[in-house]
Amino acid sequence: MAYHLNFGYIWAHFDKLTWGLVLSLELAFVSILIGMGIGLSLALVYTGGGRVVRGIVAGYVEFIRNVPLLLLVYLVFYGIPSVGGFMYDATTSFIITLAGYSGAYMVEVFRAGLAAVPRGLIDAGKAIGLTGWQRLIHVRLPTMFRIVLPSLSNAFVSLFKDTSLASVIAVPELTYGAQWIKTNSFRVIEVWIVVTPMYLVTGYALLFALQQLERRFAIQR
Amino acid sequence: MTFALQSLPYLWQGLLVTLEVSGLVVIFSLIAGTILGVAIVYGPWWLYWPIRFYSDFLRGIPLLVLIFFMYYGLPLFKVNLTNVAAVVLALSAFESAHVIEVVRGAIQSIPSGQTEAAKAIGLRFGQRLLYVIAPQAVRRFLPPWINAVVDTVKGSALVSLVGIVDLMLAIQQVIGRTYRPMPLYVLGALMYFVINYTLSSASRRLEARFAYVRE
Repeated sequence: MAYHLNFGYIWAHFDKLTWGLVLSLELAFVSILIGMGIGLSLALVYTGGGRVVRGIVAGYVEFIRNVPLLLLVYLVFYGIPSVGGFMYDATTSFIITLAGYSGAYMVEVFRAGLAAVPRGLIDAGKAIGLTGWQRLIHVRLPTMFRIVLPSLSNAFVSLFKDTSLASVIAVPELTYGAQWIKTNSFRVIEVWIVVTPMYLVTGYALLFALQQLERRFAIQR
Repeated sequence: MTFALQSLPYLWQGLLVTLEVSGLVVIFSLIAGTILGVAIVYGPWWLYWPIRFYSDFLRGIPLLVLIFFMYYGLPLFKVNLTNVAAVVLALSAFESAHVIEVVRGAIQSIPSGQTEAAKAIGLRFGQRLLYVIAPQAVRRFLPPWINAVVDTVKGSALVSLVGIVDLMLAIQQVIGRTYRPMPLYVLGALMYFVINYTLSSASRRLEARFAYVRE
């Protein structure tokens, strides 16, 4: 092969990749936290609400789930400020996008989780005289979280991979770092040889760590 | 709003490219994923581990990274593909990994008693697969597979990043001329929505239809 691999430039600018990876993880983490907030509130509203409320929540979920994330990223970063008359930086815009995106998936997760809480537990809560609010806080939510934990960890790893789309609006995460090195050194294949395992190892390490957590909180039968 | 309507023929061209790329990827990933999925269930260990690695590797990296890897990386190995061929290859590899898991799940959901009964009446491997396993597994296969098709159509928007004028890039180009992003993004979102919503509601209808099946 006439081409000689040369990783020198990548090692010299490796900090771009490590900080990119850290930012990717931060973006995924902040987004899933906000997304869980959105998802939980909407799932509760959906479960308890009437036809109109259900229609609105379902509309939000279906819209987000059936449109490419890339388009949502552009829409929030370029589209909304153009009609809203305000500006935000790329990182904020991406967090809003990814939080709204994960929120739609979280609604489904939490809705299924709330429906999977055994009827007997809720009735038992009623029998010992808990109010509706107390039943939610002490019975339904803790049980639901233990049920949905596996879905949450999958969603988190999936969001971590989706943060690569932030590179298109110049958020300096891992893929952007890779593109930067590629543009400045033309060491195309080398940079992807380094970056691909970084995503792979981080993703699977997260999944493994979260699986330990799942095992810790799994409901014993 | 008029310029959004004027741009429709141009967006239509982009939509056709999106559908063409998605269609090719769906066909290729269905063929490769089904063969590898059957192989991972029934094949020997020296087939199991490579396929397991292939599937876990591809599902573990972002699709965008895979597309860039194929698009920029392959020419260095003296593989010169057109940009459409390179992204179709990348997307097909990615989706086939998902199809493998759907096929594996569908086959493994069939109780082993079915295979044993088929063996007992003297069916060979191919016959068991064709007459006993496949007709039952296809019910478990279709709903998640259609969801994978929706993901393919959504994922195909990433090909715009390597310069293929699909619906996404067509939208971007019209915005580049008109400087009116919002109406066009909304229009584009609606176009994607119509395609994908049709597919995902078909998936849900099928799931409801096969819900009567109890093993």
